Amino acid sequence: MKEKLQQIKEKAIAAIEQTNGLEMLNDVRMSVLGKTGELTSVLKGMKDVAPEDRPKVGQMVNETREAIEKLLEEKKIKFEQEAMKRRYESEKIDVTMPSTKKEHGNLHPITQVRNQITDIFGSMGFEVYEGTEIETDYYNFTALNTPQDHPARDMQDTFYLSPEFLLRTQTSSGQIHVMENEKPPIKIISPGKVFRSDDDATHSPMFSQMEGLVVDKGITLCDLKGMLDEFVKEVFGQETTTRLRPSYFPFTEPSVEVDVSCFQCHGKGCKLCKGTGWIEVLGAGVVNNKVLEGCGIDTDVYSGFAFGIGIERIAMLKYGINNIKLLFESDLRVLKQLDDEK
Amino acid sequence: MLAPLSWLKEYVDIDVTPQELEDKLFSCGFEVEERYEVGKDISKVVVGYVKECEPIPETHLHLCKVDAGEAGILQICCGADNVKAGGKYPLALIGATVYATAKDHVTIEGVMEIGQGKLRGYDSFGMLCSGVELGLNEDLYPGAGYNGLLVLPDDAPIGADVKPILGLDDQIYDIAITANRPDCQSIYGIAREVAAVLGKQLKAPALDYKEQDALADDFKVSVDATDICPRYSAHYVYDVKIGQSPAWMRRRLALTGIGSISNIVDITNYVLKELGQPMHAFDYSYLEGNQINVRRAHNGEKIVTLDEKEFELNDQNLVICDGKKPVALAGIMGGLNSEIKEDTTAVMFEAAKFARDNIRKSSRALGQASDSSALYSKGVYEYTTVMAMKRALHLIDELGCGKVSSSHYEANTGNSIEPTELKVSVKKVNGVLGITVPDDEIVRILTNLNMQPKINGDELILQIPAYREDMESYPDVAEEVIRMYGYDHVIPTFMPTAQVTMGGLNLRQKNELKIKRALCAAGAYEGMHYSFFSPSDLDLLRLPEDAPERHAISLINPINIDLSLMRTTLAPEMLRAMAGNQKKGILEGKIFEMGNIFIPKDLPLTEYPDERETICVGVFGKEATFFDIKGFGDVIAETLGVKFDYEATQKTFLHPYQTAEISCNGEKIGYVGKVAYEVADELDMTVDSFVMELDLRILSQYYGKPQVFVPISKFDEEKRDFAFVVDKNTTCAEIEKRIYAACDYVTDVKLFDVYEGAQLPADKKSMAFNVVFTPRDEKLKGKKIEGFVENILNDLKDNLGATLRA
Repeated sequence: MKEKLQQIKEKAIAAIEQTNGLEMLNDVRMSVLGKTGELTSVLKGMKDVAPEDRPKVGQMVNETREAIEKLLEEKKIKFEQEAMKRRYESEKIDVTMPSTKKEHGNLHPITQVRNQITDIFGSMGFEVYEGTEIETDYYNFTALNTPQDHPARDMQDTFYLSPEFLLRTQTSSGQIHVMENEKPPIKIISPGKVFRSDDDATHSPMFSQMEGLVVDKGITLCDLKGMLDEFVKEVFGQETTTRLRPSYFPFTEPSVEVDVSCFQCHGKGCKLCKGTGWIEVLGAGVVNNKVLEGCGIDTDVYSGFAFGIGIERIAMLKYGINNIKLLFESDLRVLKQLDDEK
Repeated sequence: MLAPLSWLKEYVDIDVTPQELEDKLFSCGFEVEERYEVGKDISKVVVGYVKECEPIPETHLHLCKVDAGEAGILQICCGADNVKAGGKYPLALIGATVYATAKDHVTIEGVMEIGQGKLRGYDSFGMLCSGVELGLNEDLYPGAGYNGLLVLPDDAPIGADVKPILGLDDQIYDIAITANRPDCQSIYGIAREVAAVLGKQLKAPALDYKEQDALADDFKVSVDATDICPRYSAHYVYDVKIGQSPAWMRRRLALTGIGSISNIVDITNYVLKELGQPMHAFDYSYLEGNQINVRRAHNGEKIVTLDEKEFELNDQNLVICDGKKPVALAGIMGGLNSEIKEDTTAVMFEAAKFARDNIRKSSRALGQASDSSALYSKGVYEYTTVMAMKRALHLIDELGCGKVSSSHYEANTGNSIEPTELKVSVKKVNGVLGITVPDDEIVRILTNLNMQPKINGDELILQIPAYREDMESYPDVAEEVIRMYGYDHVIPTFMPTAQVTMGGLNLRQKNELKIKRALCAAGAYEGMHYSFFSPSDLDLLRLPEDAPERHAISLINPINIDLSLMRTTLAPEMLRAMAGNQKKGILEGKIFEMGNIFIPKDLPLTEYPDERETICVGVFGKEATFFDIKGFGDVIAETLGVKFDYEATQKTFLHPYQTAEISCNGEKIGYVGKVAYEVADELDMTVDSFVMELDLRILSQYYGKPQVFVPISKFDEEKRDFAFVVDKNTTCAEIEKRIYAACDYVTDVKLFDVYEGAQLPADKKSMAFNVVFTPRDEKLKGKKIEGFVENILNDLKDNLGATLRA
């Protein structure tokens, strides 16, 4: 019996050794351990073994079976590992090939800059008021202390639609609507399209502005400076500083041009700032009393400041866009370039 | 405005460098747009003394030995006819830069550098120069116009730089003057500011003259149009000897861009530049009827101006007339009929104030402009009018070119040219600024500005000069103080006295941004187009004459016809944008634009038109289909939490069978479709293009729609697939609608296959749908589902004649 078991075992070992895959291995298992397998037959023949020998023989059979099962299991794991390896190998790819991502569009550069600016002022408590593109002469000029004979009203600069209606030349027109309808404190920014009869590489007949207005008790030129300092730091970088210099707008008095330290050369002088170290970015000033009074605001109690930002100018400076016309042509090579949403 | 430093120095002692002066002007509100040296292109040109000068045989050349001072004695070949031994001429050394001239020796062709040359075999170590080669002309330096060498004065030091001798070292400031400071549009006006900012004394221009005999004629001056001519003064000058004005005057005019004409005309131009007051001189012998009358022109009246252009006038134009006819177009240009000529012996000088808007409008309407009209358009003060006449008469005396009579004529409306008092609160002045400027600084600054300040407690009393009409109240004073005190004194603060306010976008703005971002996420790029378009854009869309889109607002003064209408649809510019990309070889793309269309309530406008927020999407590409662009519609619908319905329709510029009208909850909101081939061909489109336009105003009712959570059912959804055989004309939407109508447990219906072909009759098609039934309070058991299915099949059979595909 012992020999027989040894024989079965050796035969099984040899057979396992011969297998080339899970299927063959299973055949071996069946031929040895299956219902009609050799070892199973031996177990079936136990009844012919003398009762006193049965425990011993049983133990021998079990040992043989365990040894074979162990080998079968080892072999099975080996085959499974090999199979997994082959599967992986068969799925080898060139990871440097292009991805299949879906193209994601982006907002217009002007919208991006506008969003950045509204975010900054929104966090400072400014509401966003959008006026109409078509305005009356009164709101665009007269109420902004631009008298009838002022050169700024000239036909050359303003597009007229009728003697009374025109395309707004400045978002400042929104100031008046807000001041007529709201009582101070007023803190608004008013972004939108404006129109002037200009057409060359740096001028477009349509462009975008953002007007800002604060009216409250005790507002001064120092407050204007303080707020603009914060604004330019957010837009152009924390090291940016501002410089105010005298200018003229009919609706502010005093009026200033605001320059920022050149964010490219940091004041050393470069091509962008034309060697001066400063770049003109916006106009501002203390709201002219005539404007406030025209809206029924008591100038003994309230004062304010206003500023106007050219959004295209900021975008062109910030991103180095060299021709304003590129912004209105929807050339996808242009639109795809800038994604500065934060 | 051009201001030569040498001229400014006549009125102020300027002891700072040209750069420092530029910075000072900048700091007090006068931006120097450009500053340049008169001889900016000239270098290394010295006074050369010709010691020997021998003709080179058989040529027009001379071989010279020229003493150049430190540079030594140089051999120079010279072709000029006026070179001679003992003469002093400008000598350009080797390495010098001068102007290159054409063969005519007059036309400047650029800047050249002098090298060692050889003429007819003779070495030349430099070049003797003409005036033109140094950028000079007869007005800038007498003798510089000669077509030969420029002769330098005998006392010019040999070897010295010629620039100071010829005035080439003078600096020209091109200064931008803001609209509130017309008083600074002159040399004297700028000098006033320079004196103030440097704290120097301003010297007064000489205004004295000797009055001689009065005019014998009984002459009178009258103004009819006093509203636009508040002051008109005239003065008679006789024994006039027309001739050349002196070199200093010609030079100053030349430096400010004015050519010399004759002494009398030069005086008027000189006063214009120096004081900012336009002046005019009439030849007295051509004034008829012994009078000057200022009035509005008669309609149809004609005048020929000095430049020999004829104008037909109307009552908007102001004219200066003698007893019979217009002799000048007021403030713009004199008439040819009373022009100063060589034989003029008596003149009537004019100095007047005309209303700026009248001159500006006339100048523009007639297309006739001059230095005078430019000044009047910005504003001239009567203070200057009075001063200018005196200055002109002084110059007559000084030049000795005529006798000043005692006959002065004046018509004015009584406006004072004396200072006016202005009282303001010091506290309010400082309150504008947010800082406290020390009283003595305020006094110093306003004294420098000639406002004679006195501080009495909080009261600041000023005497405002008549040329400062812009000074009206305390903010104006604050501006004067701070621009001279320095904006660097302004300390940043952050509205310490202001109330806290809530900021940010409103609901509409947030939702518009949300829609934009959703479209971007779906692969589209945002574009931006002009708010105006062309009448041809409406034709491009093949819109009928009575189409509402043709009811557009037009611009009175457009840049050109293509930018002459306010757009009533965003489609044309989107079509052009798609075509533009295709022309550049970009053959696939998705673009959207959000903008206003302008719907007038009446034309011409008498009330604000409706500015309707609209969104337009364009999709193009070889593979692009109708359903790609429809997807963007669904993106917008999903963003707003609504559903859009699409129904086949027709548009004049879209494909007759690939166009849908879009509606939302029964309201029409827009359209989507494929661009018609005729339109695509007209735009040279090379790939299929699609456009969609939606009215955001209507959709705005869904902004901020309340969000409600629907509990997730405990029971599984049941899904069933159906393939219906229907008539070819039956639409997907019709079937979907019937399925939903037939069973209210249906929560989703999706088309997944369409078949037309051999297995079906020619007029039939099969459409396969996946239908989802969502259980509510209990599990949907087989029997119940069977009931639903039966309802659906019956409904479709009854309403659409649909049968299940075998």
